[in-house]
Amino acid sequence: MNTTSLGIQASSTSRAMQLALAALLGIFIVGFVGFSPLEAAHNAAHDYRHSMAFPCH
Amino acid sequence: MTLFRNVVFVAALAGLLASLVMTGLQAWFTVPLILKAETYESAEPVHDHDHSASAGAADASHSHGHSHSDGHDHGDGWAPADGTERFTYTALANIVSGVGFALLLVAVSEFAGGISSWRVGAAWGFAGFAVFTLAPGLGLPPELPGMPAAELEGRQFWWLATVAATAAGLALIAFRGTVVLSLVGLALIVAPHLIGAPQPASHESPVPVELHRDFVIAATLTSLVFWVLLGGLAGVLRQRLIGRAGNLRDQLA
Repeated sequence: MNTTSLGIQASSTSRAMQLALAALLGIFIVGFVGFSPLEAAHNAAHDYRHSMAFPCH
Repeated sequence: MTLFRNVVFVAALAGLLASLVMTGLQAWFTVPLILKAETYESAEPVHDHDHSASAGAADASHSHGHSHSDGHDHGDGWAPADGTERFTYTALANIVSGVGFALLLVAVSEFAGGISSWRVGAAWGFAGFAVFTLAPGLGLPPELPGMPAAELEGRQFWWLATVAATAAGLALIAFRGTVVLSLVGLALIVAPHLIGAPQPASHESPVPVELHRDFVIAATLTSLVFWVLLGGLAGVLRQRLIGRAGNLRDQLA
């Protein structure tokens, strides 16, 4: 048991699965906002994409 | 799913707070430069492109290709109206992706034992800045509307590959502790730049060099502040959450 962990009593496999799931969710979100080719998504996030130096246009 | 829920909780709060600050910084430092660049883009004289192969290639890289029309036109699809609506969508994009970056930061740092203080968090934030802004920005500096660029798909691929290689390289150096693996990590960080990012046929642009220089500085520093703040906040929030879970030692630490 790791008392300084955010998951109080998770087994190491379940721990890794949950962390991987959270990381995947993060990648999916960042990918959609930064890379979605949908024109509406591009136009809505336009100034954000330029400001964060995502390849745009 | 306690761990998953806690990671999402810390990431959502840290991401929200850091991206609200970043939205303010962008509104002040980067967005005005984007709007200024768009005035050059829309004023781009069409005849310049008729007799210049390089400028023609630059023009073709603009998928919207309606530079003769008023404003910053990205085709016929929906776009937020300039002003409040456009600002709102920029803020929304910031918040959503801020939470996304935070999820990545918190989840990956938990694999390495977790962020134990705001100072450790700030260091994690610096790593995020290096991975997502510094490394891809060396080959593909922050660009303004109206600037020539190579084909979008190639740049997106190089961007993603550079981010992945830099993250893997930093992890090998920071967490594997052997000289050989550290050297492999270093090679991973350097390799994308030896290969090189896709570049346009010509860098000739209606956007003044000074404006672009100011934008590169503003975008890079805005991102630095976001990442360091995000990491620091994640550290503070994580410790508070553990404290509330009843761990006295961490509460007093």
